[in-house]
Amino acid sequence: MDITTFTSKRFFIPGLLLLILICLATVPLYGSRSDLFVLTIILMYIILTVGWAMFSGSTGYMSLATAAFLGIGIYTSAFLFSKEWALLPLPAVIVIGGLVSFILALLVGLVTLRLKGIYFAIFTFGLVVLIRQLLVFWELQIIGIRGQHVIPVSGETVYYVMLGIAVATLLAVYFIRRSKLGLAMQSIGGNEEAAAHMGINTTMVKVIAFAISAFFMGAAGAIMGPSWIYVDPTVAFDIFYSFMPVLMAVFGGMGQLYGPVVGAAVFAYTERALRLQFSYYYMLAFGIILIIVILYLPGGLVGLIPKLWDRRNRLRGLISKLWKGGKAEQRANT
Amino acid sequence: MNETAIWVVFSGLLNGGIYALVAMGLSLQYGVARVINISHGEFIMIGAFLTWTLYTALGINPLVSAAISGPLLLLIGFLLHRTLFTSLRARSPSPGAFEGNSLLVAFGLMFVIQNIALLVWGGRPQAYYYLYYGVKLFGVIFLINNLIALVVAVVLGVAFYVFVTRSRLGKAIRAAAQDPATAELMGVNINRMLPLCFGLGTLMAAVAGVLASMCYPISASMGINYSIIALIVVALGGLGSIPGSFIGGFIIGLIGSIVTQWQPGLSMAAYYAILLLLLLVRPQGILGKR
Repeated sequence: MDITTFTSKRFFIPGLLLLILICLATVPLYGSRSDLFVLTIILMYIILTVGWAMFSGSTGYMSLATAAFLGIGIYTSAFLFSKEWALLPLPAVIVIGGLVSFILALLVGLVTLRLKGIYFAIFTFGLVVLIRQLLVFWELQIIGIRGQHVIPVSGETVYYVMLGIAVATLLAVYFIRRSKLGLAMQSIGGNEEAAAHMGINTTMVKVIAFAISAFFMGAAGAIMGPSWIYVDPTVAFDIFYSFMPVLMAVFGGMGQLYGPVVGAAVFAYTERALRLQFSYYYMLAFGIILIIVILYLPGGLVGLIPKLWDRRNRLRGLISKLWKGGKAEQRANT
Repeated sequence: MNETAIWVVFSGLLNGGIYALVAMGLSLQYGVARVINISHGEFIMIGAFLTWTLYTALGINPLVSAAISGPLLLLIGFLLHRTLFTSLRARSPSPGAFEGNSLLVAFGLMFVIQNIALLVWGGRPQAYYYLYYGVKLFGVIFLINNLIALVVAVVLGVAFYVFVTRSRLGKAIRAAAQDPATAELMGVNINRMLPLCFGLGTLMAAVAGVLASMCYPISASMGINYSIIALIVVALGGLGSIPGSFIGGFIIGLIGSIVTQWQPGLSMAAYYAILLLLLLVRPQGILGKR
């Protein structure tokens, strides 16, 4: 029993996570405002990507509706936290934003998730466009005002709330992955018919998991609203937010919980740096990377680590063998 | 008859004809090659922009350029399937896993094609005026290019249906759709047939793009709306049913036209209302089998 097993096994990973969390929590003390903003966006993408991978990654049902749930959250805060009728405190608004998304996902899931995966993909693909169109119609034709003003909230508050939601999402997904629900989702992804024969209520499992993932997306949206001050349907319901989490999750790798986190962090950071300047090239590279990863790197970036580790160990073994062999040869010669 | 009604029906049929071609192509891609091709609309955009370039730079008649861009996109579609989807299919453990992965690859393809188009043609909408004359029929003025587009769409749609149901190649395609493994045992070269079906799908998209560019302004971001509508039409007609897609295209076109006449902001809501009704009442589609 030496110190290395002690550190690596029980305390290393939680300790590291705690350290990262402390670093993130203290950023507002020493970071600039733009750092804080970038980190907020990265955290938002982490929430979206982890939420997406929790459902689509394990069940194989591809949801293209992430932007719809984010947008629902944004618009919930725009209604409940607006200058005209500010009735509720911020935490309540965020929970309600999540719940509205949850209910929408429940309804969408009940209609589409009892059918084959392609119906689900078809239905979710245009959902963002549908909700955007309905909101524009409602704003222009019925209330006559385009866009909503939201009560601004300081960047630090937005950051801390986003950090809180991200931690909650990661914890929830961590426990779901180890729960019966998570196992049921895995078995649906492996073979749905077999899962149904084992007595899993497959539709129910899919609908609930989808709704839970939507809850966190909606909550993230509900805090993005106040940070933008003014929202309108075309900004809140941007189909781009449906697409980014897919790439980030696939790129990071969906086998592990931290895969989507890594993917989201890498892409959210590079997006900020590159998308504004080289928009078309960036998006072109985005598509090419996605195709390459799916074709040649099924485990994603994270799936690469054990492979490299394995190769390194094999290389080491080979070198030490050669080394020993060489020495033995020397000894034999002398 | 009321002139507005005639106009609404005509524009519905025109849109419907384009949707029908698009959806028949997608139906073939999904029904046979099992690719959930959400990049389908991008091939329409490419077809439209090729036509625009050939017309404005070289003065080539759009219908002639369909004969150039159609086979070109057939080739591109064939090669795309050979390079991407064939190996993906070989590597996927189950058909379900292939469908999910094919969607992701198509998703990447969508970004690639759209951004190449943005780099080549820029982000501005474009239009050209080919046969931009009106003729008066039943008291309503129709543009000749629109009339030609509708006729071409219907003729091509019917020809495609006849090709799939009557020709020897069509028989092989239908066999591959029913059961790829058995079709292979019967002497159908499946690794040639599936890319061919994917290519025929992109061919139909390219021709639909030619017709769309004749009638409407085009832009590099037009593809995604066509993709959404095409997927809804395919679900409406019944997954993989070619005649179902043909009929479904006209149904969606007509409903879209009626709703747009009444309230332009609600076309997508109308499509979704139909899709929702369909999924609740008859998920297999109007001509699909259970």
